[in-house]
Amino acid sequence: MKAPPFAYRRASSVADACALLDAHGGSARILAGGQSLIPSLNLRLSQPELLIDISQLAELRGIRVSATEMIIGALTRHADIERSAEVRARFPALADAARQIAHPAIRNRGTIGGSIALADPAAEWPAAALAFDMRFTAVSTQGERSIAATEFFKGLYETALLPGEVLRSIHVPLPAAAQRAAFGELTRRSGDYAIAGAFVTASVTGGWLGGTRAAFFGVATRPLLAARAMRALDGSAGDAAAVAAARAHLEADLDPIADLYNSRATKLHLAGVLLARLVARLAAPGG
Amino acid sequence: MNQLINVTLKVNGTEVSRPVEPRTHLIDFLRNELALTGSHAGCEHGVCGACTVLVDGEIVRGCLTLACQLDGADVVTVEGLTESGAIADLQTAFHLRNALQCGYCTPGMLVAATAILGQQPPATREEIREHLSGNYCRCTGYEAIVDAIEETAKARAAGRALAQEGA
Ligand SMILES: Cc1cc2nc3c(=O)[nH]c(=O)nc-3n(C[C@H](O)[C@H](O)[C@H](O)COP(=O)(O)OP(=O)(O)OC[C@H]3O[C@@H](n4cnc5c(N)ncnc54)[C@H](O)[C@@H]3O)c2cc1C
Ligand code: FES
Ligand code: FES
Repeated sequence: MKAPPFAYRRASSVADACALLDAHGGSARILAGGQSLIPSLNLRLSQPELLIDISQLAELRGIRVSATEMIIGALTRHADIERSAEVRARFPALADAARQIAHPAIRNRGTIGGSIALADPAAEWPAAALAFDMRFTAVSTQGERSIAATEFFKGLYETALLPGEVLRSIHVPLPAAAQRAAFGELTRRSGDYAIAGAFVTASVTGGWLGGTRAAFFGVATRPLLAARAMRALDGSAGDAAAVAAARAHLEADLDPIADLYNSRATKLHLAGVLLARLVARLAAPGG
Repeated sequence: MNQLINVTLKVNGTEVSRPVEPRTHLIDFLRNELALTGSHAGCEHGVCGACTVLVDGEIVRGCLTLACQLDGADVVTVEGLTESGAIADLQTAFHLRNALQCGYCTPGMLVAATAILGQQPPATREEIREHLSGNYCRCTGYEAIVDAIEETAKARAAGRALAQEGA
């Protein structure tokens, strides 16, 4: 199908994009990579009056590292993250995850900021943000604020971003030496949204897990930290007994919704399979 | 609502300027405005890959890119790649291996393949399959397409190795 008519403005700066958002109230939408927004227009699932194109704002693109964090501009494309030597060296699980998002042609345009702002429950980046305890910076004509990922994903496609706000950057705390991370997902076909996926991070000292974070996607209306399962893993060696105990909590932690091919029970089972695989990878000597 | 945006971009090496409606996708711009009907529109929501073209040297979905966003861009389609001879070897391999039947997916396959043909060492079958995961073919069963791309990738890598030895 073809998109309905809409007006188009190319923002000249982030401040300009914010001013345009303010001036047009709820009828305007930000256009970043367009890899979710344009399909939804083509399918006539949304009909904004105005698209504010931020895709050419160089100030929003790029990855830099400070003493304490990695800062990823909202317009940094999935492909940029996939190819970044900096990301590969410091956060291999994020580089691995980037390769699982859609297909190469889509990764060449789709952005991490678009993915976070959209908050698709089956998307990789929102769950990664929970597992790595990321923060987001949002700007509006009122100023800027920092929002923790744990406060950001409110519900199905619902976030803490206010109507006039533009997501500017994603902040990833640099890992402590003992931190390990693992990522995995299960899909029907390569490049599809995941049936279930997870990121697990933990500090592993002398073989013991601490500060474990297990974030799941595709198994609720929003990305979720599996709090009870995380507690069950903390202080363990990530052995079979600890994993079994953690898996038993997933039914209470997650809330999968059946899709066309997978029942709620299947999704819960697959979440457990993933948790076992990822913890085994974390706990493996030298993992 | 009938806003028109003037865009000037390069398509297959030629500069073109046109007023476009914001909702015009790159694929429709190419096919309807410029009569470049080599690239196909299939699903129009990013799933099938028939609309794959190069923008600034990178493969993108023509159905998920707006023409009005492309002021100053450099667009290359299967027609441009054909005329320049850039994929003559790949096209011959497709032909010899029967890698197309109805041909609907072929322009997207050829353009998508360009992104991995230069790889050194040449892409493995598994990498080729992964790379083409977003390009659907309803006829061939993919095997012959992967064969053709693998053969071309290997031949190019060997050719470059030879040229380097000679140099
Ligand atoms: C066939 C197909 C398969 C896909 N598979 C996957 C997958 O497996 N995993 C996955 O995660 N994604 C997948 N995607 C979606 C893709 O990753 C998108 O790139 C991403 O979800 C949105 O990023 P974008 O830059 O394209 O955003 P856009 O489409 O431009 O925007 C998406 C939404 O976010 C808003 N927005 C964008 N940027 C900002 C900003 N900086 N500030 C405020 N609001 C903003 C827009 O207004 C819009 O509402 C797939 C897409 C397709 C077409
Ligand atoms: S027409 Fe663009 S991906 Fe199908
Ligand atoms: S040859 Fe018919 S779709 Fe591929």
